[in-house]
Amino acid sequence: MGTESSKMARQVESDRQDASPGALRLLWCNLLVTPRSFRDSLIRHGRPTSERAASQAVFTNFFLHILPTRIHRDSLRIRTTLGLGVISLVLFFLLSLTGVALMIYYKPSTDLAYDSMKEIQYVVPTGRFMRNIHRWAAHGMVLCVILHMARAFYTAAYKSPRQFNWVVGMILFVLTLALSFTGYLLPWDQLAYWAVTIGSEIAQSPREITDALGITAWFDIGAYQKQLLLGANHVGQEALIRFYVLHVIVLPFVMCVFLAIHFWRIRKDGGLTRPAGAEACSESEKFRNGPPALAPAKTYGLMAVVRGRTPAVDRSMANTMATYPNALYAIGALCMVTFFVMLCLGHSFNAPLTEHANPLVPENPAKAPWYFLGLQELVSYSAFMGGVGIPGIVVVGLMLVPYLDREQEEVGVWFGGSRGRRVSLASALFAIVVVVGILTFTINYGWLRDWYPNIPQIVITFVNPGTVMLVVFSLWSFFITQKTNSTRMGALAIFTCFLLAFAILTYFATVHRGPNWGFYWSKSDWPVH
Amino acid sequence: MRDETIRDDLKASPRFQLEHQRRDFLGMAAMWSAASAIFVALLGAMRLPIPSVFPESNSRVKLGSVDLFQGVAVTPFVEQRLWVFSDDQGLYAISAICTHLGCLVARQEDGEFDCPCHGSRFDSQGKVTKGPAPKPLLRLALSVSPDGQLVVDRQQTVGPEVRLKV
Repeated sequence: MGTESSKMARQVESDRQDASPGALRLLWCNLLVTPRSFRDSLIRHGRPTSERAASQAVFTNFFLHILPTRIHRDSLRIRTTLGLGVISLVLFFLLSLTGVALMIYYKPSTDLAYDSMKEIQYVVPTGRFMRNIHRWAAHGMVLCVILHMARAFYTAAYKSPRQFNWVVGMILFVLTLALSFTGYLLPWDQLAYWAVTIGSEIAQSPREITDALGITAWFDIGAYQKQLLLGANHVGQEALIRFYVLHVIVLPFVMCVFLAIHFWRIRKDGGLTRPAGAEACSESEKFRNGPPALAPAKTYGLMAVVRGRTPAVDRSMANTMATYPNALYAIGALCMVTFFVMLCLGHSFNAPLTEHANPLVPENPAKAPWYFLGLQELVSYSAFMGGVGIPGIVVVGLMLVPYLDREQEEVGVWFGGSRGRRVSLASALFAIVVVVGILTFTINYGWLRDWYPNIPQIVITFVNPGTVMLVVFSLWSFFITQKTNSTRMGALAIFTCFLLAFAILTYFATVHRGPNWGFYWSKSDWPVH
Repeated sequence: MRDETIRDDLKASPRFQLEHQRRDFLGMAAMWSAASAIFVALLGAMRLPIPSVFPESNSRVKLGSVDLFQGVAVTPFVEQRLWVFSDDQGLYAISAICTHLGCLVARQEDGEFDCPCHGSRFDSQGKVTKGPAPKPLLRLALSVSPDGQLVVDRQQTVGPEVRLKV
């Protein structure tokens, strides 16, 4: 008994002696494998060599999990989306990065802003390059967002169940323009000062209506809006700091929130729009394209209690590709193309900076950036209708489109087939004739005030070339709806008209408007001082 | 089975329904009071961005001795963005700020005013003759200070027939 216990005690003692170098050795071994175990904790799956591992690579990655693990091959075809949404997002990232870089040197004060712009332009290493990229990416983002909207419209991507995402898209469009506009004041040069003076007066233009009704003294919504924007009655230090706060934090933050909703809804609404027939034909190809082993390993037990669409349930795996690496290559390629174009533009073309803001001498002509020039042309007919009324009607009208046109045929097909192509073409021709006709008429014969000098302003507010176009396009859309007996065709008609009118007015105001907003065939005809 | 019957009976009883309505009412009342509290709070917070004192300089500015303007048809004040005119009835001031979208109009040699931004045109009395301007150019109130200086109030407008008689 005694020998037995002493034996055990010796055993324990030797164990302890063994354990102590053992734990140290373990520590050493742990240290040696730390890079590997860190990587394993970071990336919880093996190399994406199998389809399964490739799915896991997407599913378990925070940055990739907004993507589905498998993606329909049509969604990756360039003609489906033209990559416009991804390019817009890449430009937004690029704008955030260059924007933060510019913030390091920019000082939002009327005394210092212009000097800090000069500093960025001529002193700060790579400063001019950063500003150029910021400028061109801003223009590019506005362009891509407009084209992305047109793509979504012409492929009927706004239809059920994507109605709400179309509305979110419209909000993002307005936010993009607001970001552009607030960024416009920051250089505090002549162009900035006068463009924002005009912009803030547009905010005050509801006075045109309240004046006509004689209620301005009690209900001056126009002045309230202007003071909300400027914090004063003129563009000054208060306005600069407000625009700065909006531009660098408020609007980007709101933008990020709506972007997140936008992407989340794309997934929840079942990915990109596809023609209804594509799914049916994929059933027959099920076994040709993918073995049954590809059926999702994940079950959606919980989601069964949630009504409505859930991701990937009841959807065939055929005609899909692994997101990793196919979709990532596509996104990467779009990133590279976007970066390349922006680097080239930033390297070759300098962002303009005019003289220091001078509240006593307006620019002549004082032109807004290109995407606001169509509006500026409308504003030159009536401040309220051109600056508030028509843009408001168009934005609200576009938001309502998915709720007014609920036909479900020909979704995911460009222009919805040959009938839609014909309607779009006819509408484009109609819009060109109408817009060019009205512009020609206005330039040659003037408008109401030239014929009846004492006409009340309220008549011009409601009857001017801009509102005439709006009414004519609406009538055309009703006519098409009636004739084709299809709300989708009516929607195509009015959207095409608006797009063409926007393009023509933008071109016209860019090229043919000169000093005192007069008509000139080219810039060389401008009077010289 | 028996349990369910009892439960159904209970639900049908007037006391249960009253109890239920009361609970609904309390829930609704709580929700609506929270919502209206947030709304009122937001409404109050909306006062913040409108300054109670505007960062504007004094709207009344001395332009010089009244005698200087007698018989001088037009005197421009670039800094104050206005012109002082004198005719046989007295003095009046026209603001250079376009009533359309706030650009500064330029006075042409023929006495008319042109706006560079959107092509509005005003005759020599400031009446709109062309373009989108909704109102004539503003007439600013003139007065004479005790020390004999002409004073303009840039925030007080007067009718086109008003003259300062000296």
